[in-house]
Amino acid sequence: MAESKKSKEPRGKVFINSELCKGCGFCIEFCPTNVLEFSNTFNSKGYHPPAAARPENCTGCDLCGIYCPDFAIFGILMKAVA
Amino acid sequence: MEPKNPVVDYLRMDRIPHIWCPGCGLGTVVNCFVRAIKTCDIPRDLISVVSGIGCTGRMAGYLKLDSFHTTHGRPIPFATGLKLANPKLKVIVCSGDGDLFSIGGNHFIHAARRNTDMTIICVNNFTYGMTGGQVTPTTPIEAIASTTPYGNTEEPFNLSHLAESAGAVYVARWTTFHVRQLIKSIKEAVQKSGFSFVEIISPCPTLYGRRNKLGDGLEMMRAFKEKSTVRNGADTREVGLDFKGGIVCGKFIDRERPTYLERYNERMTARLGASYKPYEGVL
Ligand code: SF4
Ligand code: SF4
Ligand code: SF4
Repeated sequence: MAESKKSKEPRGKVFINSELCKGCGFCIEFCPTNVLEFSNTFNSKGYHPPAAARPENCTGCDLCGIYCPDFAIFGILMKAVA
Repeated sequence: MEPKNPVVDYLRMDRIPHIWCPGCGLGTVVNCFVRAIKTCDIPRDLISVVSGIGCTGRMAGYLKLDSFHTTHGRPIPFATGLKLANPKLKVIVCSGDGDLFSIGGNHFIHAARRNTDMTIICVNNFTYGMTGGQVTPTTPIEAIASTTPYGNTEEPFNLSHLAESAGAVYVARWTTFHVRQLIKSIKEAVQKSGFSFVEIISPCPTLYGRRNKLGDGLEMMRAFKEKSTVRNGADTREVGLDFKGGIVCGKFIDRERPTYLERYNERMTARLGASYKPYEGVL
């Protein structure tokens, strides 16, 4: 079951504007499917922006986008990307 | 082409990044506000946003809407003038607990009493962030502020109860953790005819959280999640906030009363008859 789910196209996609991020961690904490993690890289202000560590789990729910106080991230449904 | 963040069309992106600290809830409030406004179906040039002074007072300056950054404590009188000059406008005040309830407290109760048709979004972070973390009328007893180094001893306002008692027709409270419910409440408040009030409990990690050992913004958000309960229709007398205590959230009040202008026109028509032309604005 888990296998077949994995092989499917993810339902959503997350976009990150690393330069705007202030590293608060809201998006990582409140993503319901645990897509995000802090990256090891720094942006020019010295914050670690998030990265999609498990992009296959993204549902495009955009909760990360709603929580982000710095407008640095958002998710959308895959069908809206195409 | 990369898709665009759904809120940027409503922001003055030339002013972003904003001045708010990492982990401050104000950006989340703006985010929810824009998402609510986008679903309201109100022509954009009929929306006016008015802010006072303070960290929250910066909100108006970041929104790509007709917006006004007024003097300390005076967003409600300014908003009243806008509304009376052009009653077609949707007038929304976004300001903080200090600006709205200390410096501007009197304006709040009278606008609510008259049921002036406007929406008040109050970001309650329990402190004056911009000026260094002084005590405000909502700082809980025991909490440390720069002006109460041994802990606050003054009874704080219970804003929801104050709003209801003064006459608001819509009263809701959420935290910045409750983003979906908050978006819905802002939308309902903006669409409501009369004086509507939404209180948003928001983290100020820099000047309230740190001093009170509440952790960073994320830890404060976790505490909101753990300590909040949703009780729609709760008796507002029972929703006062204690230091580190539970936070009752929900839509508390949704009722009907004639607005200031409705009552005015009704009275004048009753008194003066056909010689009175109901007031619909000077523009
Ligand atoms: S919520 Fe926004 S600012 Fe905070 S870590 Fe995520 S992308 Fe960065
Ligand atoms: S869109 Fe939803 S699932 Fe995807 S990263 Fe953002 S919060 Fe997680
Ligand atoms: S001082 Fe407090 S309220 Fe002001 S921007 Fe910083 S965290 Fe936010």
